[in-house]
Amino acid sequence: MEFFRIHKTIPFMRHAKVLNIISFVTFALAVFFLAHRGLHLSVEFTGGTVMEVAYQQSVDVGKVRETVGKLGYPDVQVQNYGTSRDVQIRLPVQKGQTSAQQSAQVMDALKAVDPTAVLRGNEFVGPQVGEELTTNGIKALAMVVIGIMIYLAFRFEWKFALSTVLANLHDVVIILGFFAFFQWEFSLAVLAAVLAVLGYSVNESVVIFDRIRENFRRYRKMSTVETIDNAITSTISRTIITHGSTQLVVLSMFFFGGPTLHYFALALTIGICFGIYSSCFVAAAIAMWLGVKREDLIKAPPKRDGDPDDPNAGATV
Amino acid sequence: MNRYPVWKYAIIVIVLLVGLVYALPNFFGEAPAVQVSAAKATVKVDAGTQARVQEALKAGGLTPDMLTLDATSVRARFVTTDDQLKARDVLQRAFVPDASDPPYVVALNLVSRSPTWLTALHAFPMYLGLDLRGGVDFLLQVDMKGAIDKRAESFAGDLRTSLRDKNIRGSAVSRNGQTIEVRFRDAASLQAAKQLVQDQFADLSTVDSQEGSDWKLTASIKPEAARRLQDAALKQNITTLHNRINELGVAEPVIQQQGIDRIVVQLPGVQDTAKAKDILGRTATLEMRLVDESTEGRAAELGNGPVPFGSERFLDREGRAIIVKKQVLVTGENLTDAQPGFDSQTQQPKVDLTMDAKGGRIMRDVSRDNYRKRMAMLIFEKGKGEVLTAPSINGELGNRFQISGSMSVVEANDLALLLRAGSLAAPMEIIQERTIGPSLGADNINKGFKSVMYGFIAIMVFMCAYYALFGVFSSIALAVNLLLLVAILSMLQATLTLPGIAAMALAIGVAIDSNVLINERVREELRNGASPQAAIHAGYDRAWGTILDSNVTTLIAGVALLAFGSGPVRGFAVVHCIGIVTSMFSAVFFSRGLVNLWYGGKKKLKTVSIGTVWRPKTDGTAVVEAK
Repeated sequence: MEFFRIHKTIPFMRHAKVLNIISFVTFALAVFFLAHRGLHLSVEFTGGTVMEVAYQQSVDVGKVRETVGKLGYPDVQVQNYGTSRDVQIRLPVQKGQTSAQQSAQVMDALKAVDPTAVLRGNEFVGPQVGEELTTNGIKALAMVVIGIMIYLAFRFEWKFALSTVLANLHDVVIILGFFAFFQWEFSLAVLAAVLAVLGYSVNESVVIFDRIRENFRRYRKMSTVETIDNAITSTISRTIITHGSTQLVVLSMFFFGGPTLHYFALALTIGICFGIYSSCFVAAAIAMWLGVKREDLIKAPPKRDGDPDDPNAGATV
Repeated sequence: MNRYPVWKYAIIVIVLLVGLVYALPNFFGEAPAVQVSAAKATVKVDAGTQARVQEALKAGGLTPDMLTLDATSVRARFVTTDDQLKARDVLQRAFVPDASDPPYVVALNLVSRSPTWLTALHAFPMYLGLDLRGGVDFLLQVDMKGAIDKRAESFAGDLRTSLRDKNIRGSAVSRNGQTIEVRFRDAASLQAAKQLVQDQFADLSTVDSQEGSDWKLTASIKPEAARRLQDAALKQNITTLHNRINELGVAEPVIQQQGIDRIVVQLPGVQDTAKAKDILGRTATLEMRLVDESTEGRAAELGNGPVPFGSERFLDREGRAIIVKKQVLVTGENLTDAQPGFDSQTQQPKVDLTMDAKGGRIMRDVSRDNYRKRMAMLIFEKGKGEVLTAPSINGELGNRFQISGSMSVVEANDLALLLRAGSLAAPMEIIQERTIGPSLGADNINKGFKSVMYGFIAIMVFMCAYYALFGVFSSIALAVNLLLLVAILSMLQATLTLPGIAAMALAIGVAIDSNVLINERVREELRNGASPQAAIHAGYDRAWGTILDSNVTTLIAGVALLAFGSGPVRGFAVVHCIGIVTSMFSAVFFSRGLVNLWYGGKKKLKTVSIGTVWRPKTDGTAVVEAK
């Protein structure tokens, strides 16, 4: 089997401007939705109580909501979780009541309606824990970005480091934008997925930059644009196969992992799709705009002492 | 060109063997077991306990499949749950004669079914997190400010007494948050007081200032002393929690420090959160009372008479009766610290006690009047008292005194711990709580396992179809990666959680990246007309730099997650990081070994089985070479 039979170098960079405009628009949209709608943060960040209740038969979420609402929770969220027989109920933190009291009260009310209800899981998080998680999440993100930049600047060059990080932040913001737009639950697992994507998507850019460096060495006559095009073309099959196989695993998690891994897998899926795109078009294009040259990557041989034009320089007798 | 020296193969074989041995216990599953652990801090589980368990089981006509002793418990493994339940009853009768005051906890548990030789090699299965086995999980926050405030208050009291003792006049001591302020009318008193603090209060640092006609000395707890104090408070709270949780009869509770002021409590298998919380919040108290040494009291102690009026009978740790007066001299509230140490003169182990000012005053008066008499230290839990120790008073005691005598170092340590553990050093509150039902746990593990398995199979099928024999090599390398990952996690005794399983699945996806890079590179070399051997060599060589770069960047993300993550994110990060490292070994070093073994010896290699290598022809028509 061979999926990719590419005759000539594909002129990716010719379309860079259009694609960059598209990615800028998506990015702006993501930022807009983040600002406008905000993330639907999980209980780990906001604090509160989450109960998972299982029934013997499928249950009407509306009725459960009504039952819980009667207990004096105006903005209670009830949704199906996994199957139609499981529901997840979220209660905000209430002053003067512990979470155990809250969940016991809710369970009593639910059992009065349907005695088959069983409490499968219960989770309570205090508000200060949530605050800490948010600051730690931001710290982790900053550390990843700085760490990767330093490594890439050291191994390649600052222009690559900058463009890679910009491209990957673009991925991250777009994932967050999706979560804001669809109001999917942003949990700790999703945060882990976002950070994993950050590390993973840099892979892509690194592979392409590696090839650009190699091409600069090998084909001395090629222009920068041609070099970049050639590098992307010759790695595209690997890029797509790698991402395809990672996506296979992620899909397996999405379909078989159950509700807990659902959004984790979803965040990874978006990250993988945009990861391919951003490293091909965004990272390489930004590096191009920044004016990457052969000299940036291939260090000139150290100058010898003395007059460089002297034909006898360095000669020993 | 493509040959490994023997030592490289040796490394591969050794790593595989070690990996196999340590991954193996995970595949044996779990067998029913009964666990006997101490219910009180005064009871120790040791080889003697193990022998007792064996005897009791023998007497009950039961032979355990395996009997192990670890730091905190004795576990007997059985083949059937019937035997397990019978054994529980037998052991319950033998070890817990009085259900209202159990010295031991006899609990049902699950123990790995792996054979003895694996256990002897310290190969244990991974520990399953609560989200996979069900249970309750609490995160408790210790009020450190409260602990330090309390300590500052006791320092203020001590300082007041010391100033009075030294006849330093005209001073007024007040506590302001965590600092102590002392005001004087003249500079000489200030100097004297400063000297006093320096001599007697090593944990305080002072600053003096002048305010109008007044001199002021501000004493604050030194940062290192405060840190020590926080540390001690946290340890004491953990010990106290241990004692309390033992009562729940939980097989393997986890009580751990997290950060500087938090404690994680995990109770596998417990569903009743209300009771668990009740017990976590209970307090134990320490009391000091005089031993009744009247004739009647002595007679009662030997069992030759009734307990005299105004006295009570308690048992000590060895079960001997001690008759103690009802009047309480001081309680644990007045005890600020208890530390084990060595007597500088006799070189015997001792326990140093520190009382606050009020306690010190009482001790001084009591010791003066009761020279050569015995004083009992009692610990009360659940309304039941027990004598920790009953030393005799050998001199006038102050706010610092020591208990010494025929103790071993271990006993001194234990006693210090017990004296401190009586009550919580600082108040705590529950800031996070999770309950996971056992069915949800089983569900999670099942789903997580399935997603790893299907993902693995899908990749394997694809790789074999796309890269032919090289795909087979890659698949084997991937399996080895998974094996090593499981082995390392088992060796570290890491706790496997659902996010950990997710990271394992992701690790498979990321690990295959290296193999794809290599295989594509080999194909490319072949496409450009390199000979098969050269293509393999160049493929591995050139891909290596890229693999290293991309894995290091992924590792940076993993380490950041590890550094700043908590709970589930950490579980994810640990597996993620280890997965990256093992994938470098398996995808580069190990798979190269396989390829070398297969192709390396063939001198006139014509073709390589790496799927289709497609070559564009110069005239534009493509030729497909099928291998």
